[in-house]
This record gives sequence, structure tokens and C-alpha cells, in this order.
Amino acid sequence: MTRFLARRVLTTLVSLVLASVVVFGAVLAVPGDPAAVILGMNAAPEALAAVREQLGLDVPAPQRYLRWLGGVLRGDLGESIQYQRPVARLIGDRLGVSLPLTLAAALLATLVAVPVGIATALKRGTVWDPLLVLASQVGAAIPSFWLGLLLILVFAVGLGWLPSGGFPGWDVSVGRSLRALVLPVLALGLGQAAVMTRMTRAAMLDVLSQDFVRTARAKGLARRAVVGKHALRNALVTLVTVLGLTLVNVFVGAIVVEQVFSLPGIGRLALTAIGNRDYPLVQGVVLLYASAIVLMSFLVDLSYGWLDPRIRYA
Amino acid sequence: MRHRRRPLNLVLGGALVGLVVAAALLSFVWLPHDPQRMDFAAQLAGPSATHWFGTDHFGRDLFSRVLIGARSTLLVGAIAVGIALSLGTLLGAVAGWVGGWADEVVMRLIDVLYAFPAILMALLLAAVFQPGTVTAMVAIGLATVPLFARLMRASVVALRDRDYVEAGRALGAHDARLLSVHVLPGAASPLVVQASLSLAVAVLAEAALSFLGLGTPPDVPSWGNMLREAQGFMMLSPWAALAPGLAIVVTVLGWSLLGDGLRDALDPTTRR
Repeated sequence: MTRFLARRVLTTLVSLVLASVVVFGAVLAVPGDPAAVILGMNAAPEALAAVREQLGLDVPAPQRYLRWLGGVLRGDLGESIQYQRPVARLIGDRLGVSLPLTLAAALLATLVAVPVGIATALKRGTVWDPLLVLASQVGAAIPSFWLGLLLILVFAVGLGWLPSGGFPGWDVSVGRSLRALVLPVLALGLGQAAVMTRMTRAAMLDVLSQDFVRTARAKGLARRAVVGKHALRNALVTLVTVLGLTLVNVFVGAIVVEQVFSLPGIGRLALTAIGNRDYPLVQGVVLLYASAIVLMSFLVDLSYGWLDPRIRYA
Repeated sequence: MRHRRRPLNLVLGGALVGLVVAAALLSFVWLPHDPQRMDFAAQLAGPSATHWFGTDHFGRDLFSRVLIGARSTLLVGAIAVGIALSLGTLLGAVAGWVGGWADEVVMRLIDVLYAFPAILMALLLAAVFQPGTVTAMVAIGLATVPLFARLMRASVVALRDRDYVEAGRALGAHDARLLSVHVLPGAASPLVVQASLSLAVAVLAEAALSFLGLGTPPDVPSWGNMLREAQGFMMLSPWAALAPGLAIVVTVLGWSLLGDGLRDALDPTTRR
């Protein structure tokens, strides 16, 4: 287990460092003078000099990278050019919207997909199977932002039950903030549920076709025991991967859904930053997402070792 | 003996993809209306004999715009998957064939690419260069590279020590020849299946990026652009938000059914 753990920690660290190089290096690829790109052609020389200093352009790139990385490790992602505030604080303010949205959508997807995926695997060969498979295939083909628009059409424009967008803020009203998140969570979670259902079904079918399940059946165990005790436990390793993938998909998908519902989350922050060429802010947000994805994949691998001793001791 | 099931996935997926390709081709030779012509007397109209899918907020014909939108969807998807397929296959082949340090380097590279899904990659590229069609293609393509690289690596590792490859080597064949003549054909079918499934994901990503304003430029009709424009007028008319969305669903469903169907047809062990 120690070797397995040490190797995974090492590769994760390498991935994190490489991701930071990509994010930092991207701005080096900006054609021309980044300060001029940000401020425009007619900017005053003093203003250009100030932005160059803020971006650290007066220092050679490798030194600038190390300085930036040092800051990142201390939680300092630099200062936003557009907002003139620390990037870390801007991101922190918006986590209050993005995090609940992501987690609730992932939870919804799991609560729908795991039972439905297992049920369809068990119902294989019945009349329900192809119908449920087709339904999940159609569901997976619906883009979350279009589902969002349809939900707005029905529940906001048509029925008037829920707001079509915007977010009042947790400090203004918890109830209204929760209501504002209902449609975005449905838009993000239901699409993912369809994708996750297909993966859960495949994982379960894979386990159900293995010899030990046949043995358990042959020795006369009740169906409930075969599924609950033998099959499900062995499908767990794959289900954890599926869950990890779902979290990544939902996390990134939130960028689009925030835009549909005008939610002041991290994704929208990044989109406005691109429009304003606010490089430190774009770098900060992209690095946060990439690091979170690397760490999530690390956690998934760790849980393998925990769930399946064969991996631990291999 | 089990009856061989009709490959329904393959037929249905092929039909849907064929429909979208036909729409894109048709748009080159015939469109019911000029997709850019504004008609302020017919803004936000519902479906009718003149405008089959209705009109948008400028009175432009939605059916014509959906037809022409198929072009950018297919083009961006095909080029993005082309980038991923060529780069991923090459990286995977090197990692699997050479092994050792080369494998380690490629796999770390793949791990990093995995940390940048299409939308994230597009955010970064759009900030550095300009948001647009090329940025979207490259972003989706790069984000899809890991899938092909891992697949190719696994196939090469499984095939490289087979007897017929050894025989080729003993006869003095170069690495490039061994890979292209003996290994690649054996690895081709999973790559073809993955290409079809990746096209489904690429279509979704292109639409999402255009919706965010990071893909196809606003003056070119694309399904994502049409949905973004439609959102502001949904209170007045839902039609402009329906047709492009349905077009996306049909295309994505087509590619993913086709991918599943191809997998069933090419690999009998996965047939369920």
C-alpha cells in the first residue's frame, strides 16, 4: 500500500506542477505585449508600465513562474486587473454559488443514476431494458444548457413557479437563494444522471457476468444476497470511478449552466475575465479547475486501493 | 444458439447521422430562405407553410439557419476529432511501443491533458488568442487526445509481442512498418468506435462553446449561437429555442448510437 500510495502522490504532484506550467505558459503565448492587449492601442505609457509591473513582465519568465507558483502555494493567485482585488478572494466569493450547485447536481445525478442503472442491469432481457437504455441515451444527448432553457420555458415562463435566473445571495435570503438554484441543479444533474446511468448499468452487467456471481447463484443464494452482497460490492470500484467522472463533468458543466441562469459563480467570473483580458483572473480560475480535477482523480485512485485489496497489494 | 440481433443502434445511429450530413450538404445547394435575410414583418413567428420552424427575433428563417448550422457543427466536430485521433494515436503508439521512459513521459502528458476538459481548455485558449472556430476545434481536439492515446497504448501493448509481429521483426521490418502494417490494423476498430463516440461529445462541446460565445463567431449561424440569441426572447416565443436544441440532440444521439452499434458489430464480446 505504501508503494502504491507513494507512486500516486508523486504522479499527482507532477500533474499539478505540469498543469501550473500550462496555465502560466499560456499567457506567455499571448501575441505581442499583454499589457497593450489588455489596455488597447491608445493606452498611456504610464498605465502600460503599471500593468506590466502588475503582471511581472519586467522579470524573466522562469523567475516570474517561480514567483507566481510561490504565491499560488500560499493561496495568493495575484490581483485581478479588472476588479483590482485579489483573485483568490474573487473566487472565494463565488464558491458560495458554484459549490452548492455542483454538489447538489452530483448528488441528484447519483441518486437517480445508481438505482436506475442497477435496476436496468437486473432487468436485462425484459421489455423495460431497451426502453430504459434508449431513454438514458436520449437523456445523455440533451445538452445541459438546452435542458436549462426548456426548464425556464416550462417552470419560469409558463408556470411561473421558479425564477428564470439570477441569484439574490445567501445573506439576502436563504429561501430565495435555494429557489434560484432549483432549476440550475435540475439542468446540470439530470443530464449527468443519464450519462451516469449508462456507466452504472455497464459496470453492473460486467460484474453480473462473472464466475463468482454464477457460483453464488448456483449454490442457491437468494437473489437479494447475490446482488447486494456479491455483485454490488464488486461493482463499487467501478462506481467510484463513475462518481469521480460525474463530479468532474458537473464541475465543468456548471460553467455553462451558470451562464444560462445568470448565476454569479466561478464560471461566469472566468467568462467576463476573458472578455476583459484579465489574465491573472483567467489563470487563477483555470488553475483551480485543473487542480481540482487532478485531485479528484487522485482521490478516486486512493479509494480503489481502499475498496479493492488486490490493487493495494499489487 | 442465440439469434444474432439486428444492429438497431447501427441502423438508427447511421440514419440520424446521415440526416444531419444530408442537411449540411443540402444547405450548399438549396435553402428555402436566405438565412441572413431579416424580415421585420415576421419576427418571432411560429411554424408556418413559409417558415417551417418559425423565425427568430430578426425575422430570419429558422429552418434555413438550422440547415446551415449543421455545417459548422460537423466541421468543428470532424476537425477536433481528427486532431485527437492523429495526435492521440501517435502518442499512444509511442508510449506502448517504446515503453520505459517514453511511456512514462507520454502518460504524464496525458494526465495533464485530462485535467483540461474542452471547456476549460477553450477558456484558456480564448483568453490567450481569440475566441473562435479554430480555438474551439483545437480545445476540443486537445481535450479528447487522452482517450485515443490510452486506447492506442493499450492495443499496442497487447499486440506488440504477438507472434506475427515477432515474425515481422525477425524478417527485418522497421518499427514504423511493424506499427503501421501489423499493429495499427489490429487497433483500428476500437479507435473507430471511439471516434464516433467522441464526435457526439465534440458536437455537445461545440454547441456549449458557441453558446458561451467561445466558439463559432456570432455572425455565422450555428446551433449554439442560435440558442444563445433565442434565450433573450423566450418570453415572447419559444420556437427559436426549440429547433436548434433538437438538432443538437439528433446529432449527438446519432453519433453515440452509431458508436455503440459499431462496437457491437466489430467486437462480439461486448454484444449484450
